[in-house]
Amino acid sequence: MLDLKNISKTFGKGTVNVHQVFGGLSLHIEKGDFVSIIGANGAGKSTLFNVIAGSIIPDEGLVELDGDDITMLPEHVRAKTIGRLFQDPMRGSAPGLSIEENLALAAGRGGWFSHITRADRKAFRDRLAMLDMGLEDRMNQPVGLLSGGQRQALTLMMATFNPPKLLLLDEHTAALDPATADKVMAITDKTVKENGLTCLMITHNMTTALEFGNRTLMMDRGRIIFDTCGEERSKLTVPDLLDKFRENAGKNLDNDRMLLS
Amino acid sequence: MSAILEMLQTAAEMGLIEGLTVLALFLSYSMLGVCDLSTDGCFTLGAVVGAVVALAGHPWLSILAAMLAGISSGFVTAFLQTRMGINSLLAGIIVNTALYSVNIAILGGSSLINLNKADTVFSFFRSVLGENGKSYAVLLVALIAVALATAFLVLFLKTRLGLAVRATGNNADMVKSSSINPIFTTTVGLCVSNAFTALSGCLLAQSQKGANINIGSGLVTVALASLLIGGTFIRRGGLLVKALGVVLGSIIFRLVYSLALSLDMPAYMLKAVSSIIVILAISLPYLKEKFPEFRRKIEHSPLGKKLKHKGDTNDA
Repeated sequence: MLDLKNISKTFGKGTVNVHQVFGGLSLHIEKGDFVSIIGANGAGKSTLFNVIAGSIIPDEGLVELDGDDITMLPEHVRAKTIGRLFQDPMRGSAPGLSIEENLALAAGRGGWFSHITRADRKAFRDRLAMLDMGLEDRMNQPVGLLSGGQRQALTLMMATFNPPKLLLLDEHTAALDPATADKVMAITDKTVKENGLTCLMITHNMTTALEFGNRTLMMDRGRIIFDTCGEERSKLTVPDLLDKFRENAGKNLDNDRMLLS
Repeated sequence: MSAILEMLQTAAEMGLIEGLTVLALFLSYSMLGVCDLSTDGCFTLGAVVGAVVALAGHPWLSILAAMLAGISSGFVTAFLQTRMGINSLLAGIIVNTALYSVNIAILGGSSLINLNKADTVFSFFRSVLGENGKSYAVLLVALIAVALATAFLVLFLKTRLGLAVRATGNNADMVKSSSINPIFTTTVGLCVSNAFTALSGCLLAQSQKGANINIGSGLVTVALASLLIGGTFIRRGGLLVKALGVVLGSIIFRLVYSLALSLDMPAYMLKAVSSIIVILAISLPYLKEKFPEFRRKIEHSPLGKKLKHKGDTNDA
């Protein structure tokens, strides 16, 4: 499904700030996998997503999706098959456009000069009702008026309106209050299961990392230091994960947010 | 009485014709989030291209030609800022500077062009309206042009492409996530807005029966002032209401300007006044937001403490 082959990326080459994020990273993800990713600060988790989504072109190596080489494909072209959510709930939607207009852009139906039709509105309404946030009655309001949780749920819906081949979730509940985070996480799980999506999720919450999905990756300094799935994973606890990190990285996990949660 | 009516009519004519430039900025500045500083040069470009084509005997074609010239200019501005790594403000200034030479070249090395004897869109309407109505020709043409431009703009902004253009100024990341290239939407937005600016220049030149190389100078500030005036009058409402609001802003600006002229303000003050309006309209909301912090700083300073102390003793 997704194959990263021997990815290398160094930032700031030829300067004093030279920083190698990846030196030959390889990763294979099966179709239908829901993979949670944890790791220390600066482990390269977000950079990994940037490479997959096309925000960053690797110095060396290949990115393959469903057997197609997408290494050099621009970000907006990849967005047709790769959906992505960020930690910042403001990043996924246009605040000045209404809910309906945001959805119309995400749905991408019709030609350049098509208007939103009655059938579109009905489809948007039905999908919004599934979020159970009352958004279906606010379709003409600007998205800027929504709360962070509502915006993140909307973004999730937009990213999966046309089910993507791959969904990337970059700590997408980290900026929300705990109750809202749980709700968005539940919607995420439901969406992923219903559409049978392949999904990668970065999280700082170890409980979430083990609770959701079928595989967990642990990253440190641009490498995958622990990769678990199946029965082994189902027996793991949060203290086990911390031990695994100490064992494989040779240090304590120093993700500041992780220690707090 | 007739003098006042005449003044009102002139203000409305100028307000409507320049209203097309204000609509252009409504698209580029308010929607796309790009302050297009090539506006002055593009306005003049529309004026000279339209004038040259009209002088050659094609009054209707002159409008099309002016708009095409505007589209080309917008394309270059967009290309510089999206593909060549040039800051968007600088790209506008560079194109504006280059257009000065281009415009003089179009005029064949001259810096002015006379349309007294040429057929124009306005002379056509003057002959259609006849002896009684011919003094309304400019107003009529300006009204038709603004109505068509507004209708086009509002319909365009509701299409998928128009939504993408609006979203680009709002959140370019989101546009990319929707599988749309923000470079494309920026280019489309600037091409359309510059077509309007050039149309505006073309109509002004033909209504004044001539153009010179400075016809558009300082216009970006005048148009921005009109846009911001319109924005303060119409705060809420749909796209159509907002678009009509900015044209209204342009007419109000011209009315106030005419009023100031009749109160003996010299005509050369126009640009200073429009600059002050833009400064006030943009910085007042900012200063309002900063005011509590400013007040706290004053209160906290030695002088503020002294004054406060004085106040306390007075109270006692």
